[in-house]
Amino acid sequence: MIAMRPRGSIHGNRALAGWLFVAPAAIIVGLFVLVPVLMAAWVSVSDWSGIGPPFAEGVNFVGAENYAELLGGTGLATRDLGTALRNNLFYVLLVVPLQTAIALGLAILVNRRVMRARGFFRTAFYFPSVTSSVAIVVLWLFLFSATGPVNKVLSWIWIDGPNWFQDPRGIFHIVLGAFGITGQDNPLAAANFLGISGWEWVAGPSVAMSAFILMAVFTTSGTFMLLFIAALQQINAEVEEAAMTDGANAWQRFWYVTLPMLKPIVFTVVTLGLIGTWQVFDQIYVGTQGGPAKTTLTPAYLSFSAAFNNHDWPRGAAIAFILFAIIVVLTVLQRLWIGRTEVGR
Amino acid sequence: MNIRREGVWAWAPFVVLIVLATIYIAPFLVQVVNSFRPDADVVREPLSLGIGTWTAAAYERLFTRSDFPLWTMNSFIVTLSVTLGRVFFVSLAGYALARIPFRGRGLVYALFIAIMAVPGVVLLIPKFLVINQLGMYDSYSGMIIPLLADAAGVFIMKNFFESIPVAVEEQARIDGAGVFRIFWSIVLPMSLPAVMTIVILSFQGSWNELSHFIVSTQSTELTTLTRGVAQLASGQLSQGSQFPIKLAAALLMTVPVALVFFIFQKRIMNVGAGAVKE
Repeated sequence: MIAMRPRGSIHGNRALAGWLFVAPAAIIVGLFVLVPVLMAAWVSVSDWSGIGPPFAEGVNFVGAENYAELLGGTGLATRDLGTALRNNLFYVLLVVPLQTAIALGLAILVNRRVMRARGFFRTAFYFPSVTSSVAIVVLWLFLFSATGPVNKVLSWIWIDGPNWFQDPRGIFHIVLGAFGITGQDNPLAAANFLGISGWEWVAGPSVAMSAFILMAVFTTSGTFMLLFIAALQQINAEVEEAAMTDGANAWQRFWYVTLPMLKPIVFTVVTLGLIGTWQVFDQIYVGTQGGPAKTTLTPAYLSFSAAFNNHDWPRGAAIAFILFAIIVVLTVLQRLWIGRTEVGR
Repeated sequence: MNIRREGVWAWAPFVVLIVLATIYIAPFLVQVVNSFRPDADVVREPLSLGIGTWTAAAYERLFTRSDFPLWTMNSFIVTLSVTLGRVFFVSLAGYALARIPFRGRGLVYALFIAIMAVPGVVLLIPKFLVINQLGMYDSYSGMIIPLLADAAGVFIMKNFFESIPVAVEEQARIDGAGVFRIFWSIVLPMSLPAVMTIVILSFQGSWNELSHFIVSTQSTELTTLTRGVAQLASGQLSQGSQFPIKLAAALLMTVPVALVFFIFQKRIMNVGAGAVKE
């Protein structure tokens, strides 16, 4: 079609073809990723009310006002952001190590050379990753309902399960409470960061959030297991055999030979995990809308609901950029860390 | 003694695997069984596997007295359009970046890299703003067009094309074939593994997509399965727990991706790197 015949200007024709080839993809990602980011950047420093185009006259530049209100204020906006950040922080702190460790464990178990039915196990562990987040949340709401299967199983071992998705108690608070430590007369209660008291910061994930944490581990460990399996298969069998002839036992072989060689892939999995776990949205939208008592509120959902439910577009956009900043900082730190270890080698 | 211990240790991992696999599979079995039971039974005894009354009432209700068929149709329209379009656009761009020297190639490449780093949820509000400005809000075009290309797909294709020997194309060029001809009838057929990867990732991605449809549509006629079942989950059906119907809907919406998964399983297993779902 393009450049049918090699003429004198063959290079010109090929250059034109090159542009025509990348144009559709470049225009689509430019229009629906690049332009939106720039537009939202403007909205986050404006007082746009959501009516009319954001670049119209009458929409004013307000500087960092929206950000200041969120990060430096004492009002509801700050408290909500603080709550959302705390909730998501505990989610990240629990999901990332759990999913990484479980994925690695599954990969090692499934990858054993003498394994039978390897395909069956890989499929069983990977299958939850294929299903949509909506379907999994629906299933989870049932499994963890007050009279649901999970509480039923717990009752077999004489545990009276909580009403998971209605329970706002932080799990660290529950544990501390068992030792008689409460928020009353607690020195932490006086401290305050982002509108949240120190005591609230150490609440841990709520019981409701814990159910989401288990769900995240359930749905992502299979994907990361595949990454680990691919990496394990790269490791030369000879290296293992050499270690075996040197008299290393299974545990020593894993700890001193396999694990160091898996370091790059562990970094990848942790990075992907960190980036992914800060973006919790679907689960909250479908399952709890931030409840109970805002303990499953996440920055991503807060940003959405500020804009689409409360029509405070500048605030929603500002929250999105704060979240963006967190993810970018984490990614850069991770890159620097990897760079350092590679130079050090 | 020693040999005996070795024997036990050889079996231990297998036993652990069976226990773990049961934990991973059990939720789906519980889902299937309970979707075929009456509402009251499910609440009273959620783990009676198959004992008691069986009924297909939930399914009957979904198909005859709900918008479920409409949601399914919308999901298919969007998913098939996105998958077809994405395979074409993404491989075109990947080919240009891999093979055609043109001015500005480095810049376009950098643009794709930068875009890969933008987290999806940050885009919810801004994407709505652009879709709205372009007059595509609440239409199929607003649902489909923004999903027609993704930077990760461009990379997968570019990397694959770079692994094909240039000599194959040289011969065709000497024979007078144009750039598009070479791409379409020589390079693309050789790239079937990569193309299948894109097909799987696009199908799975757009079938399971929720947030994009939340910000690009509002009318009931354009509801996809993800949006519809999400509404169902937040209890729009009044009275009772409605667990059987919710579980049935969630189960049915999983069938197409599960089929794609089982058909192309071997391939998916090899491209796990690109399939990370969060």
